[in-house]
Amino acid sequence: MPGLFRKARAKSATGGSLFKPPMQTLIIEPGRAERNYWRDLVHYRELFFILAWRDVAVRYKQTVAGVAWALIQPLMSMVIMTFIFEKLAGLHSEGNAPYPVMVFAAILPWQFFSNALSLASQSVVTNANLISKIYFPRLIVPASSVMVSLVDFLVACSILAGLMVWYHFWPTWRLIILPALVLLAIAAAVGPGLITTALTVKYRDFRILIPFVVQFGMYLCPIAYSSSLMREKLGEKWFLLYSVNPMVGVIDGFRWAILGTSASFDWHGFIISVVLTGVLLYIGIRYFRKIERVFADII
Amino acid sequence: MSETLIKVEKLSKKYVIRHQGAAEGLRHALQEVAKTPFRWFKQSLGAGSVNGHDHRLNGGQAAKLNPQKSSEDFWALKEVSFEVKQGEVVGIIGRNGAGKSTLLKILSRITEPTVGRIQITGRVASLLEVGTGFHPELTGRENIFLNGAILGMSRAEIRRKFDAIVAFAEVDRFLDTPVKRYSSGMYVRLAFAVAAHLEPEILIVDEVLAVGDAEFQKKCLGKMQEVSKGGRTVLFVSHNVGAIKQLCDRCILFRSGTVQQDGPCDEVISNYLTDATLCENGVIDLRHHPARSRASKPLISEIVIRNGQDQPTAQLFPEEALLFDITIASFETIRNPRVALAIEDSHGRRLMTMASYFDQSPLPNLSGKTTIRCESSPLQLGPGRYLLSVSIGTKEHGLIDSIDGASWFEILWNNNYRNGEPYQSVYGPFLKSSKWEVVYD
Repeated sequence: MPGLFRKARAKSATGGSLFKPPMQTLIIEPGRAERNYWRDLVHYRELFFILAWRDVAVRYKQTVAGVAWALIQPLMSMVIMTFIFEKLAGLHSEGNAPYPVMVFAAILPWQFFSNALSLASQSVVTNANLISKIYFPRLIVPASSVMVSLVDFLVACSILAGLMVWYHFWPTWRLIILPALVLLAIAAAVGPGLITTALTVKYRDFRILIPFVVQFGMYLCPIAYSSSLMREKLGEKWFLLYSVNPMVGVIDGFRWAILGTSASFDWHGFIISVVLTGVLLYIGIRYFRKIERVFADII
Repeated sequence: MSETLIKVEKLSKKYVIRHQGAAEGLRHALQEVAKTPFRWFKQSLGAGSVNGHDHRLNGGQAAKLNPQKSSEDFWALKEVSFEVKQGEVVGIIGRNGAGKSTLLKILSRITEPTVGRIQITGRVASLLEVGTGFHPELTGRENIFLNGAILGMSRAEIRRKFDAIVAFAEVDRFLDTPVKRYSSGMYVRLAFAVAAHLEPEILIVDEVLAVGDAEFQKKCLGKMQEVSKGGRTVLFVSHNVGAIKQLCDRCILFRSGTVQQDGPCDEVISNYLTDATLCENGVIDLRHHPARSRASKPLISEIVIRNGQDQPTAQLFPEEALLFDITIASFETIRNPRVALAIEDSHGRRLMTMASYFDQSPLPNLSGKTTIRCESSPLQLGPGRYLLSVSIGTKEHGLIDSIDGASWFEILWNNNYRNGEPYQSVYGPFLKSSKWEVVYD
């Protein structure tokens, strides 16, 4: 046996065989995992896909409506908002876009964001048994729960298409930009998501806090109303402060792409949101990676 | 000689134990942030500031700032070094808290060491539990793929071994049933089957054999033997001395976070088993006992085992009621004390625990030197050697003093039973008294 073993090694050392990978040498010492982090992340991509698949597969198991829930939730929100804010409060849409379409263009990214944030912050705690038994870059866990929200988001997009057909509201060339905006939405969700994930592991207070924050955020973001209405009320200077919320930029971007020329768009606010998204993403990754090394010890 | 696959050098791992009552949690953290926001921000983002060295510095600072020390260092492993060569099957034994699990966690990269270095050559699979990541809502088929991926198999590899896994687990009829509907036996079989078909160069196994029924355990042991005969390197951690004897040729004994002995299996196991000595007269002096866990305050100073006639002795009969006199000496008052005695057999299997808090009447607060008496009904254990452990704690502070493996005592085979026939191990560990008569003719 040892002979065989050595032969395989020698062969791979000369690059002779594609099928027998060289015996990898693993070194464990303080601070080591930190240095090889991104390489490990690539190495464990298959685990990422399978965890994401698991989370998607499990999400609607043993439910009667199944994946239809991903349609019902945003649809009901849209109907209620249209009833309360358009019919009762008398808010109006932007340009000639129908109010339900305007609202739905915002509900889509918002629901993605809030789902991603809540699922991600719970993810490490709910996968505690994995964390304490198996090594892998912990970033995979919240990332895979963001994938679940993304699947819900894609399913819900079909409602938007339906609404637009119903109201005979046709999109412009700007729709092509939408995928880039989806990436922005992912970045906006992942940054805060990683921070709250790490914090939830340390302080379970965040398990209670997050749903509350999400509920609150719904009114802080321009969902039932347009951000131009907010700008009118706040004035230019205060509106820039309002735009510090990354979701303001994402939602404005979605409306710009979906509603076309009907949407008002404020470049200054958008840039502030994008920059903040970047900053939060950076802080999120740094903070998560700092705490993740002790996850197994404190979970 | 074959080459070294695992090389562990001066490995140490430190945990910081927070004492109850000390400020911790979110409120404390927020207070800290409010006090020194800038330093906190720097610390939070500073790269690599949590390596062993800085850790110690921070700990020192904290201790200096706060005279009432709210936390203390606990070295779960201290300068552990050993090497494992290719094809070796090494057993790792030690009492609870000896550092075995910490070693496994570091080897499988779940947690990082504080000091030291490990070099591992080859693919490692660690089985710290069977069925890690099994999802109850998913079907057996889906869980095979999920669990395989978690254990580090590629999808192609799982597909190749799929049939063998199903055959080993004997669950083919239930492949498309969610595993939450499985019986626990089926669940464990499926979980072990996936793990058993891993083909790493190095396999790290932790007490997985403690699950499943006897027949399945036999099957698992067989599979493990097959694996180890195939030239694979195995690290096997277990309390089950029998299983270690059967599988390993070399054994490492851990005690208090250090390697106590490293050598041929039989020698090490006999050393492990005689770790605690048989007390001849039933009086066990615990003041400087080697098996006392390190986090303990030495409060329990003595145990006296007394037989039915109130005589101190370590030789008892199965049908004899017995008394344990536990002497506790403490300067401080121990509020709501909870005292427990546990008994293990010679395979290291815990058989029972007798605890004061199982009883309806709690013990009073203790201060100074007190002797507590535990009256036990007959143990009804079969003849053999048994290991006695003792601990004291409180509900608020958890364990304060614990001696895991304080002393052996013996249950004798009373020749009055069965007209002097020998007791056989197949009878099982317990010797229930029973009365037999004919009621229907």
